[in-house]
Amino acid sequence: MNKAPAYTPKEIMTIMAAREIKNNDIVFSGTGISMLAAMAAKKINAPDSVIFFETGAMDSLLEEIPFAVADPRIMYRAAANSSLADAFATMQNRITGDKVIAVLGAAQIDIYGNLNTTCIGDYESPRIRFPGSGGGCDVLSFVPRCIAFMQHERQKFVRKLDYLTSPGQLAGGDTRKKAGLRPGGVSIVVTNLGVMRFDKDTGRMYLDKFYPGITQDDILSNTEFKMDVSKASEADPPTETELKILREDCDPQRLILGP
Amino acid sequence: METPMDKTMPLHEAIQLYVKNGSHISIGGFTLTRNPMAAVYEIIRQNIRDLHLYAHSNGAGLDELIGAGCISKLEIAYAGIGKAAPTCIRFARAVQNKEILCEDYSNYMMSLRFMAGAMGVPFLPTLSGFGSDILTRWGFSESLRESDPKIVNKKLVVIDNPFGNWAEAEKVLLVPAINPDVTLIHVQKADSMGTCRIQGLTFADIEQAKASRNVIVTCEELVEKENLRQNPDLNQIPFLHVSAVCHVPMGAYPTAVYGYYDYDSQYLKKVGRAAKTEEAFKTYQDTYIYGVKNHSEFLNLIGKDRLRAIAADPETGYSVNMKRD
Repeated sequence: MNKAPAYTPKEIMTIMAAREIKNNDIVFSGTGISMLAAMAAKKINAPDSVIFFETGAMDSLLEEIPFAVADPRIMYRAAANSSLADAFATMQNRITGDKVIAVLGAAQIDIYGNLNTTCIGDYESPRIRFPGSGGGCDVLSFVPRCIAFMQHERQKFVRKLDYLTSPGQLAGGDTRKKAGLRPGGVSIVVTNLGVMRFDKDTGRMYLDKFYPGITQDDILSNTEFKMDVSKASEADPPTETELKILREDCDPQRLILGP
Repeated sequence: METPMDKTMPLHEAIQLYVKNGSHISIGGFTLTRNPMAAVYEIIRQNIRDLHLYAHSNGAGLDELIGAGCISKLEIAYAGIGKAAPTCIRFARAVQNKEILCEDYSNYMMSLRFMAGAMGVPFLPTLSGFGSDILTRWGFSESLRESDPKIVNKKLVVIDNPFGNWAEAEKVLLVPAINPDVTLIHVQKADSMGTCRIQGLTFADIEQAKASRNVIVTCEELVEKENLRQNPDLNQIPFLHVSAVCHVPMGAYPTAVYGYYDYDSQYLKKVGRAAKTEEAFKTYQDTYIYGVKNHSEFLNLIGKDRLRAIAADPETGYSVNMKRD
């Protein structure tokens, strides 16, 4: 019997997200594991995808992993180094914006894929303050597809967000459209336990894949809201080739992957 | 026509001249790149208080100013310094303890707000932010806004598209202009009149500078006017926006300047650790900011070995294979 390759939660998360990126996609990348997923997709399954950053760097070479979206490593041999105003216009503009898939992380998510990166507790006197929107609210307002990375915990998969920083399906149904937003929002959630997607009609999150060794019950007990797990099946684990490229070509120093 | 406009001056004079208690300031750069750190440290040394700070995604500069107690109000999109502090630590502490008032926007909203200021229009429209708490939750109350003529009466406004459904938008969200009293930016090259050349990403520095009543530029290299005029296509900020030019090599350290030096992740991490307690942070600022006269004394304290380790490789513009953790 072939032994399945061993991998860490971060490795399977990166590979699951990378598989969602198609050739010719324009990939908007946030920091940390989002960058690694964008780089992995380019090296594994989507060589002609284009990585860009909200700071204005388009199609960066990325010979080393950047630590932030302003890292000088994203400026080297880009197609163009411009500005924030340019980068967001590329997403707001439908001609280019509709080709963009975003990859980003958040502190809290609800069943409709709305994200909180601002605070825990009351906004006026928060218990924990997070960095804020950055470009998150803009990206989720503009582009049709978005992968969100999350740690799968009850206090992060919540019934009600403490603050709605970035719009997903708002309250489901046609509420996103009614608010004035284009079709878009989070379309895929990748966690350390599985992969979630959203029902086209209700806008609600459902479990699509659980990782080998993880059960539907594990996911339900780590989710505060009621999630449909009836359509779920086991994910294909990362292949040896995927893991080799991720480890050797994308993050050899394990700066993002960690120990 | 000769324009004898030498705006060069020592940084401490520029700060003294243009940054006052209660000033509305904006700082350039983004998280861990091209923050005007020398100018920030000088503001802290001069103990300027009650500042109103505008930025999009600032990091190191913002957290030092907040930690030193210089800021009373903040309008930003993001406060983080990469891996060293995913959320700026003194910022989070100050908001949680209600020591500062914070108004949240998104990066595009802040960029457009500076752009509107630079254009001289009261607002610009975007399709970002509908349905979010950024639109509905205000950090500055209505009464505060009414009582302070330097703060706009509303945070954001949504209106129906006045051009019908043109460009397939039923509504637009309006963001109000910002015109700071003074903007602080750090650039690679400037001449004595103030014309600037930024290499790599400009972030929103150009809009921030052009929206501002005064601009203090610190630069890696102070070059002859002729040097910049040979390739004007590469210059972004013409001199007429600039009030003061201060030659401060490594003036963005410990943040990065593309083509010159990398960020110092070790130093940023050390500051991040210190920021976690009042005492350690005070000791840190006492040693590295208040304990030195100026930026070059600060750099002496850091030492040649560290500075050599982060020197940029001329081909890539960053320090190749630098130890980062």
